[in-house]
Amino acid sequence: MNAAPASLAAASTSGADLLLWVAVPYICLAVFVVGHVWRYRQDQFGWTSRTTQLLEHRWLRFGSPLFHVGAFMVIAGHVVGLAVPDSWTEAVGITEHAYHTTAVWAGSVAGVAMVAGLGMLCARRLLTRRIRLGTDRSDKVLFPLLSATVVLGITATAAHNVFGAGYDYRSTVSVWFRGLFVLQPQPEAIAGAPLLFQLHALSAFLLFAAWPFTRLVHVWSAPIGYLARPYLVYRRRSAPVSAPTTGGRTRSASGSGRAA
Amino acid sequence: MRVMAQIAMVMNLDKCIGCHTCSVTCKQTWSNRTGVEYAWFNNVETKPGVGYPRRYEDQEQWKGGWMLDRRGRLVLRSGGRMKRLLSLFSNPDLPSIEDYYEPVTYDYDNLVNAPAQKDIPVARPRSVLTGRPTAITWGANWEDGLGGAPEHAGGDPNLTGEWAEKVKFEFEQTFLFHLPRLCEHCLNPACVSACPSGAMYKRVEDGIVLVDQDRCRGWRMCVTACPYKKVYVNHATGKAEKCTFCFPRVEAGQPTVCSETCVGRLRYLGLLLYDADRVGEAAATADEHDLLDAQRGVFLDPHDPEIRAAARESGIPEDWLEAARRSPVYDLVMRYKVALPLHPEYRTMPMVWYVPPLSPVLDAVDAAGGDQDDPDHVFAAVTRLRIPLEYLAELFTAGDTDVVAGVLMKLTALRSFMRERTLGEDGDEAVLKAVGLTTREAEDLHRLLAVAKYADRYVVPAAHKEDAAALTAMENRCPVESSGEPVEAGGRRVMLGIPTLRRRTTETATGGHP
Repeated sequence: MNAAPASLAAASTSGADLLLWVAVPYICLAVFVVGHVWRYRQDQFGWTSRTTQLLEHRWLRFGSPLFHVGAFMVIAGHVVGLAVPDSWTEAVGITEHAYHTTAVWAGSVAGVAMVAGLGMLCARRLLTRRIRLGTDRSDKVLFPLLSATVVLGITATAAHNVFGAGYDYRSTVSVWFRGLFVLQPQPEAIAGAPLLFQLHALSAFLLFAAWPFTRLVHVWSAPIGYLARPYLVYRRRSAPVSAPTTGGRTRSASGSGRAA
Repeated sequence: MRVMAQIAMVMNLDKCIGCHTCSVTCKQTWSNRTGVEYAWFNNVETKPGVGYPRRYEDQEQWKGGWMLDRRGRLVLRSGGRMKRLLSLFSNPDLPSIEDYYEPVTYDYDNLVNAPAQKDIPVARPRSVLTGRPTAITWGANWEDGLGGAPEHAGGDPNLTGEWAEKVKFEFEQTFLFHLPRLCEHCLNPACVSACPSGAMYKRVEDGIVLVDQDRCRGWRMCVTACPYKKVYVNHATGKAEKCTFCFPRVEAGQPTVCSETCVGRLRYLGLLLYDADRVGEAAATADEHDLLDAQRGVFLDPHDPEIRAAARESGIPEDWLEAARRSPVYDLVMRYKVALPLHPEYRTMPMVWYVPPLSPVLDAVDAAGGDQDDPDHVFAAVTRLRIPLEYLAELFTAGDTDVVAGVLMKLTALRSFMRERTLGEDGDEAVLKAVGLTTREAEDLHRLLAVAKYADRYVVPAAHKEDAAALTAMENRCPVESSGEPVEAGGRRVMLGIPTLRRRTTETATGGHP
């Protein structure tokens, strides 16, 4: 993919395509990055999974693991499907047919788990009054946006690749997606994709933009380091904190800074 | 040897009248905020009773504390590191709000604003979680003074074995005492070890166990790991909170709020020096009955010049060493050995100890037609009346009745000796000798238990300012400020117990959303 055909093609794409498939994604990604930096510096106290298990555990017990495990598989599938060009998979001897069969099967299982889990999590949030009252503005954006993205994604897969004739997003959507990250945007690659894929891509970027301002930030705090650290943690009262500093705040962030 | 200092507490249970002043003042100070309405960093339970949260002592169910695995290694009862990470999405061993109780407020407004009418207006209870009228069916000390005990107290996890059957059917006739509980600030804290984010820590200087609110990510493993269930989830912030041992006060050399306001003057605060290198080994002691001695073995004698030298090397300041020598906690725990830890079998090495109550035994003597003031009657009761003894042993010595009996004998001897002294007699030193006390020691212990003044009960050395970049008490600010945005100059927001249902985002801090 050299620059020349890309810029030629860009000339032939409409303004709407440029807006939707270049401007919007870049704006969303910029918000994603800057938003995270801002939130991490300003709001360590708000940086949490905002657990509600204390208030409701019967739905959560099934919904949350289903959703999370489904999400991990879905994310892994997207990394493979979007980031790895089809020429690479073919180079290691995976045929197009084999790839798609696997993708559809694994993707369906993951998608169904994620949708079922998310459905249960949404249901408990709506139906359990205690939790509904504790739902803040960021949740009111996050839950619909996440649901829309997930539902659009699984619908697109179902409509085109499970029941439909099969749509090779790896030669269109994936090309556009990779183009964004190598700074050679190719809006024309996705412009012709089916509507469901387009909507899914757009809602996903909106989700990225909302990410830093919601409870989704807890994803970056996945406590992998726990596996390696010593059990007991001692801290000196006087030690300057090695942890994330609280940039904008005037207080000094000592160990006893905000402890309870 | 790595010498560390710990600010520890002892409570003399015979003096506790169950007035809950400690709980109330603690709540007013620390947990009157939205999200922790249900949380009592200090609570007082009636024993026998199921406790708060319900049946928290049943570790088969709640998986708190440590245990030894098949190879004798010390492991968290809730499972290994990998299992903990896998249960992040849904913690199977987390108590739900019903296990504590549904927090309520009352329609106080109605008392003032109700229109003129035939009936006297009432303040109906309203759930703080849903805003709706609710029926109160449980509380932090529902069985206060054994109320409802025939129905509930049989669920007390300490009532196991044949002797317990008898207790279950004769509550009124047996005994009752109050057990004030707060975070144990353990030497081997399970909560700290279970925290995936490393947000919980034990302070090197004074051993206080805290949650760094800026690093807690709400994984809630600490709640499960703590066998005393003294870490709570703030359901408004989604973060863990716990007893702070009133560190801003302690740093300023003042006693904790619960100690300060204790009506019965039953609390003692003081330093204990311990060898941090021996903690793990002691907690892994094979026989549960040896855990008490193992823990005492970790404590160091502040009068020993070698220990003092090692402590200085570890950076413990001179006035702290002096305070450690005057520590009433050291005297009760180590010198007179009348204080015992709560549930040593959890292997967390708790640091809030209790002088077991003699009153259940005295009550039993009365009930059996004996004379409370005759030490022989009481001695006989201690050895023969199994019920209170077995129960106290379940609480304080992992079931070893000999140790509890020894302490109760000591208290009985002291009581009888000092009673005779007070009545102008000489006092029978043979009784003292039988329990290993000299006259001088008896007088000293009596002074400590019965007449010790404020300065004798609370020996809390102030923190050293030169040690600390930010000592909270010196900083003129509130440690429970609300979060978030940078604070405008002068305008510092403090989260007060304003009866809102939920803490809204910062700019509408008091927006009560029904």
